[in-house]
Amino acid sequence: MANLLTISGSPHIHGDQSIRKIMWGVVIALIPALLVSFWYFGIGAFIVTMMAVLSCVVTEFIVQKFILKEEPTISDGSAVITGLLLAMNVPGNLPWWMVVIGSIISIGVAKMSFGGLGKNPFNPALIGRVFLLISFPVAMTSWPLPFQNRWVFTDAITGPTALGVIKEGLGKGDSLDNLMTRIPSYAEMLIGNMGGSLGEVSALAILLGGLYMIIRRIITWHIPVSYILTVFIFAGILYLIDPSKFIDPVFHLLAGGLMLGAIFMATDMVTSPMSKTGMVVFGFGCGILTMLIRVWGAYPEGVSFAILIMNAFVPLINKGFKPAKFGEEVKHG
Amino acid sequence: MLLKTFTLGGVHPEENKISSGQPIRKAPIPKTAVVPIAQHIGAPAEIIIAKGDKVKTGQLIARGQSFISANVHAPVSGTVTKIDEFMDSSGYRKRAIQIETEGDEWIGTIDRDEKIDATIKRSREEIIQLIKESGIVGMGGATFPTHIKMMVPQGKKADCLIINGVECEPYLTSDHRLMVERGEELMIGARILMTALGVEKAYIGIENNKPDAIDHLTNLSKRFPGITIHPLKVKYPQGGEKQLIKAIINREVPSGKLPIETGCIVQNVGTAIAVYEAVQKNKPLFERVVTVTGKSVRNPCNLLVRIGTPISVLLEEAGGIPTDTRKVINGGPMMGKALNSLDVPVIKGMSGVVVMPEKEARRPKISNCIRCARCTFVCPMGLSPYLIAQMAEARLEERAEAERIMDCIECGSCSFTCPSGRPLLDNIRVAKSKVGQIIRSRAK
Amino acid sequence: MNSAIIFVVATLSILGLVSAVILYFIARKFKVIEDPRIDQIAEILPAANCGGCGFAGCRNFAESIVKNESLDNMFCPVGGNELLKLIAPIIGQEAVEKDPMIAVLRCNGSFAHAPLKTTYEGIDSCFFMNALHAGDNGCPYGCLGGGDCVIACTFDAMYMDKETGLPVIIQDKCVACGACVKACPRNILELRPKGKKDRRIFVGCVNREKGAVAKKNCEVACIGCGKCVKECKFEAISMVNNLAYIHAEKCTLCRKCVAVCPTDAIHELNFPERKKQVVETENKEA
Repeated sequence: MANLLTISGSPHIHGDQSIRKIMWGVVIALIPALLVSFWYFGIGAFIVTMMAVLSCVVTEFIVQKFILKEEPTISDGSAVITGLLLAMNVPGNLPWWMVVIGSIISIGVAKMSFGGLGKNPFNPALIGRVFLLISFPVAMTSWPLPFQNRWVFTDAITGPTALGVIKEGLGKGDSLDNLMTRIPSYAEMLIGNMGGSLGEVSALAILLGGLYMIIRRIITWHIPVSYILTVFIFAGILYLIDPSKFIDPVFHLLAGGLMLGAIFMATDMVTSPMSKTGMVVFGFGCGILTMLIRVWGAYPEGVSFAILIMNAFVPLINKGFKPAKFGEEVKHG
Repeated sequence: MLLKTFTLGGVHPEENKISSGQPIRKAPIPKTAVVPIAQHIGAPAEIIIAKGDKVKTGQLIARGQSFISANVHAPVSGTVTKIDEFMDSSGYRKRAIQIETEGDEWIGTIDRDEKIDATIKRSREEIIQLIKESGIVGMGGATFPTHIKMMVPQGKKADCLIINGVECEPYLTSDHRLMVERGEELMIGARILMTALGVEKAYIGIENNKPDAIDHLTNLSKRFPGITIHPLKVKYPQGGEKQLIKAIINREVPSGKLPIETGCIVQNVGTAIAVYEAVQKNKPLFERVVTVTGKSVRNPCNLLVRIGTPISVLLEEAGGIPTDTRKVINGGPMMGKALNSLDVPVIKGMSGVVVMPEKEARRPKISNCIRCARCTFVCPMGLSPYLIAQMAEARLEERAEAERIMDCIECGSCSFTCPSGRPLLDNIRVAKSKVGQIIRSRAK
Repeated sequence: MNSAIIFVVATLSILGLVSAVILYFIARKFKVIEDPRIDQIAEILPAANCGGCGFAGCRNFAESIVKNESLDNMFCPVGGNELLKLIAPIIGQEAVEKDPMIAVLRCNGSFAHAPLKTTYEGIDSCFFMNALHAGDNGCPYGCLGGGDCVIACTFDAMYMDKETGLPVIIQDKCVACGACVKACPRNILELRPKGKKDRRIFVGCVNREKGAVAKKNCEVACIGCGKCVKECKFEAISMVNNLAYIHAEKCTLCRKCVAVCPTDAIHELNFPERKKQVVETENKEA
């Protein structure tokens, strides 16, 4: 026997899960949505995505290597995901330097300043996105229209999102029937033929990615299903109360970043609850907040804010909704 | 109504039951046997022989003293050459009796007739007394003295017996082979245990990755009324007492209580067969079946081994120690204990010896917790391992106690599944024993 | 506009007044009358909250002194005798001098002296290693090298020496709070009197196994041969379970035992170097 025997505590075998596998799994799940956005928005979308990923990875590397002075862990893929998700949350013609600023905020402020992977209370990509939205509101809300300018990066023809059309229109006192004619059909929205940020376009591609992640057991169904269901029911109730003032629930599901938020943002492991019941509560809270912002808030879209607000509640949810324990009936000791 | 498996948590480690097709064969009797006097939970037995004494196989050499203790018998015949401290599977040198083998002469009271004796002549008290005399302990690895488990405390009532044939640990196949090859003795053993408990119902829980054992025992069970064979879905840690009760009769052992609260007594397959031998054949526990296996082991096998045989002899029997050996485990890879020497003797609770090569033995690199919650999903006790481990690292024992750390069955599912490779169970164990100390000091 | 300002100022002032009155009465009602001496004592304590005095923190120590009005068995190892002298007049007692103590490591089973027989993989916790096995060098009494004592030390007076795998006590920093002694699952660390001129002699081994067994694992183990007991004229050395122990109160620091020990298990600290003899000291700072 050539080696010394190793002594360690059980278990002596380890499952095949690893951070790397999980993270790259998420990246794979994002591919359909990415391809769709490249198809609709062309070179601009590609440049934005590449810039975001590159600057996120570089930021993480610099912070880990020179500020925290620890071994860089960029190969685990988590910075890549943050970059991709940030890119999916911005318009395809956003100037490159804004993308870089967003990435630096995402990784540098929202992630690394809390201690890096696993320690950030808020979703980094969403922090980056909200920072950009508040700092550069015009650039962040001028959405390029699909197919219009696939080979040019700047000076694209832009238009508002479907949610924006409805919100603005209702605010001005337009009738809903009138407004409905100005938004794309639901079928078009499902496949993504509409204006919006990169990841807001095709609900179908996002769902495909979500399905992949659930099958590969990267995420569980609890958060997306409870989130989407809450939005659907909330919108449904409003629609039943007054169909002339409130748009129907299917629109709410397909429009804006709900799918992206519910499947890729809210399910971020680091910033979501640790028990299945907690996850359902989390999804429910996200759904309610999203609808409140969409219907009565100042912004047309509320997914990012809703998720960030619920992120802040995660420690509380973790405290309140522990997993069901074995042999719970009898109190201990 | 009956569940196919337990509900909370659980993992699916690679089964690797490479030795499941190997019939049990007898290992050679060792030249010298080293018999530890503490092979069970509880007080070590008291040595009743002296250096130089001649002993016969099956002779009582150390008597269980206090309430929780068990007898120890000579596994070989020969001369006692030393009573000293020897390295055993605890990782420490403990008191043991060394016997130099001369021939193999058994004590006269053992019935060595191969014929199976199915008629139960003994009364309840006699059976428990015989179990005690024979030094039988839980053979699944827990090594709790069986006669104490069989004495139902006052005010409690047992209504069924569960025989644990789950063998949910990867690699191990000794119970599987016992069920296939010695099914009838197992059934009689179960009947004896039922008589001793005064119960009418018994279940034998077997995971459905052992179809031959399920078929064989189901056929046999027609002749043994009251015994039901219960196939179960494969999931680790189904062999845990609490999980098995939940899976078979859907009752939950309350936190901090013993399984008898649910009216169940769980016994391992090996224990049931040892009970058969003790009661029907008057044969004390001095040999057991050990699986010797591992991916790089040349001939993985199931061996009938005398207690006290050094592990190195077993490895020799399985085709030698592989050159890339990095870890040798007493028991299965999920809950077993890494051995620090190959001279360690086989003890009553050793169900397998798993040899791990360099590659498999390596622990994954530790990185930050990504709060993926997988540990809470797989915990069969519904605990939050990430939280308890965090508290353990921060030395917050009181808070860990409030999180029910004492409910942890140390199955290792959390560490197994953690994508960050965090040593959750290591940390939980440290805090658990510290909390145990706190609870004991409080009781004083 | 003006009326609004007046209104705001008025409401805020009334609110402030009412709150002040309420707070005043609550403060009066729930006032905790505390002996001022507690504060006086707590003020001069080191505020390290190390627990070396046996209390949870410095304030608990001060409370206990005032409550019992005595200094019996009360000793702050950090502040030492000087501090006690300051505390004594506050409660009108005499300070009894105590010998200053220091922690010593009674194991020398470094990688060189006790070669590894197994390798441990897992968390750095002596407590856990102790539960798993005898130790990588096979000695069931020796240092496991997990560094529980280093973590327990709140004064940065210890560190792990990577070369030897043993902890090192920085003598200038050790205040003898005893945290490391409690943390060690094998009771290897001991608080001993500092000794005259900071010189100490002690047995650097706690192995109670038979000599041959102990020697097999570690070449500097105490083998219980008893030579030191015979050599000592002051009956300062006792031999229990194959292990010699030097009683500091009887030891005259003559160093004769050190010379006769066949395994160099007896350590001397801070002595001037002997002529022509290689003195092996356990501590690098020595």
